[in-house]
Amino acid sequence: MRLEIGEINIKDVRFGEKCEIIDNILFINKEELINLIDDDHFESVDIDIAKPGEETRITPVKDVIEPRVKVDEDLGMFPGVINHVKTVGSGRTHVLKGSAVITCGKIVGFQEGIIDMSGPGAEFTPFSKLNNVVMVCNQKEGIESHSIEKAVRLAGLTVADYLGKLGKNIEPDNIETYETLPLLKQAEQYSDLPKVGYVYMLQTQGLMHDTYVYGADAKHLIPTLLYPTEVMDGAILSGNCVSACDKNTTYHHLNNPVIKHLYKQHGKEINFMGVIITNETVFLQDKERSSDTVAKLTEYLGLDGVIITQEGFGNPDTDLIMNCKKVEAKGIDTVILTDEYAGRDGASQSLADADQAADAVVTAGNANELIELPPMKKIIGMLDYVDNIAGGFDGSLREDGSILAEIQVITGATNELGFNKLTARTY
Amino acid sequence: MNKIKVVHYINQFFAGIGGEEKADIKPEKRDGVVGPGMGLNGLFKGEAEIVGTIICGDSYFNENVEEAQVEIIEMIKSYEPDLFIAGPAFNAGRYGVACGAIAKFVKEELNIPVLTGMYVENPGADMYSSDVYMIETGNSAASMRTALPAIAKFSMKLINGEEIGRPSEEGYLSTGKRRNIFVEEIGGKRAVDMLIKKLKHEEFETEYPMPVFDNVEPGKAIKDLSKAKIALVTSGGIVPCGNPDRIESSSASKYGRYDITGVNTLLGYETAHGGYDPSFANNDANRVIPLDILREMEAAGEIGEIYGAFYSTVGNGTAVKSSLAFAEELTETLIADKVDAVILTST
Repeated sequence: MRLEIGEINIKDVRFGEKCEIIDNILFINKEELINLIDDDHFESVDIDIAKPGEETRITPVKDVIEPRVKVDEDLGMFPGVINHVKTVGSGRTHVLKGSAVITCGKIVGFQEGIIDMSGPGAEFTPFSKLNNVVMVCNQKEGIESHSIEKAVRLAGLTVADYLGKLGKNIEPDNIETYETLPLLKQAEQYSDLPKVGYVYMLQTQGLMHDTYVYGADAKHLIPTLLYPTEVMDGAILSGNCVSACDKNTTYHHLNNPVIKHLYKQHGKEINFMGVIITNETVFLQDKERSSDTVAKLTEYLGLDGVIITQEGFGNPDTDLIMNCKKVEAKGIDTVILTDEYAGRDGASQSLADADQAADAVVTAGNANELIELPPMKKIIGMLDYVDNIAGGFDGSLREDGSILAEIQVITGATNELGFNKLTARTY
Repeated sequence: MNKIKVVHYINQFFAGIGGEEKADIKPEKRDGVVGPGMGLNGLFKGEAEIVGTIICGDSYFNENVEEAQVEIIEMIKSYEPDLFIAGPAFNAGRYGVACGAIAKFVKEELNIPVLTGMYVENPGADMYSSDVYMIETGNSAASMRTALPAIAKFSMKLINGEEIGRPSEEGYLSTGKRRNIFVEEIGGKRAVDMLIKKLKHEEFETEYPMPVFDNVEPGKAIKDLSKAKIALVTSGGIVPCGNPDRIESSSASKYGRYDITGVNTLLGYETAHGGYDPSFANNDANRVIPLDILREMEAAGEIGEIYGAFYSTVGNGTAVKSSLAFAEELTETLIADKVDAVILTST
């Protein structure tokens, strides 16, 4: 499978007469976008813009999506959800690099995150560096929260898909090519290099904690194989944001840095064989089945090493450690990527499970560390939920609009796909 | 600029008063330097000065901790110091414990930077290295020559509010605390680089060394429950309403023992636990400690006897070290009271 990613660098986003891209500037028309959302779950949907450096706070954030388009006629982004289901990951995809669609609004009210476009909080989230189109979704009274979650998710993907299509006929600023061959040919191509795989754990703990693969709810999957390029075309979509710091938004999935860096070493230091997706379930039997299958697949593929990334914390720590132990027991080297909940003072044990087999750990930082976020001039969304979101506490939101909370509240702050430079060490 | 005022704490031995036979001397203060303080003063190069030295016998301190701490803090206060240094204690156990304890107390009471130094295996290191900075020294006073410059250098860093690097860079014993930092490369790249090194059998440093978990073997099954005395212990935070012992909702520092003589069901109890939805436990605490059902079984003769009190703490974010200490203590009582088995409930 061979995929060309053509990046169109979006330098700015502005309101305009119609939605279009002119000289690398994304113009959006409010009405045009709002008219796309024909969903009777919403009282109203508003569209706003948030740019790097502005004194803007976006909250509560549900998902962040990068606009992309399949240039090939018969394929669409986010297959099985927004477009018809068909295997993606090959051909050509155009990306509106430097832009994103952010969905926010009252959804559940305690699961969503904060994105600051400037100030200390901006340092912790990659989305403060993007030109963002923000959708504030106001739901009708009395609508059941799971339905509204789905409506918001689909609304965000719809708008991202629409904006992505504006880049279909634009010549990209640069093109990257990624290629993975069918298994046996791939093994042969760099036969002298160690065969490396990627175990991609997806949060699937139930309603509001779900991830979708080609539209299928990943908690019912038996771990399976993907070509890495399928992920870049939206085969995996986020359906969760609880404890916003370490949940993978759709943007994270599309730009998975582990996949990107494995490709960088592909044919140099390693032979990148492919991706094993697995889930994080709540029943022991399911955890055993999934981790057994992960280990079996790593063996079956003849891998020498794997990187395992977690999504979330606490209960999924057991899935992470089970995967690591069982893969190591096959004689395959592992590196695990996680984050920590070591308490606000950093003195507590960081993970809920541990094993000596996990001797190579990359950490995205301690989510419990406190941060003070100064007041912002503009709020997109609402501050009503700041005290209640995971990482906030009674009194987090002060009268002047400043916030004292754990970095847990910041969307993507301790992302476990290794998106950031934040980490933690023992002092 | 005024010189930084330092108070120094040493034991009877380093004060030149005597060895073990003088270990019971009470705290005393002397203006200026005594013993190793002289070396430190020289190393401060005029920027700081030891204005007073507190001397206390190791036995006296360890046998009268609370009293000694109060006496000593008053003496320290009288000098209005900017910095407090205790020791170094090398591998002298009781001296090390005293240095750690008094340094911690000064930090809490006076809110000034504190510092001590000792050998990594000194019991004081185990007890207090998470609370105060401890410069790592050799195991005997022969290493005074290297210990004092390290202490002096670190003192100036503390006073100047400089960034303190990692233990290996700065020469202090790890506090065991995790701290967030920004590094050069993103996590995804670090993971790939680490895997390549691991595959090549090259040296790499894990970013989180795994803690070692104890594996506890389950006890033997009780053959005849009708003759057994059963106790209840929980990490689910069940306490009498109002939480009389003020057990913390997270990272508990204590546990409670609550009498249930004549209590058949847990009405008037609630949870202090901050890590789960408390509404169900508050509504009916038997959901966490199943006393109601056990009383029925006791009345029916299925269980010999329910022990007269339950123990409770909060498991949420509580360090394994603390839990272990609670369990060691309460198990002694349970054994002394001839309890046959414990039902341990979590949440």
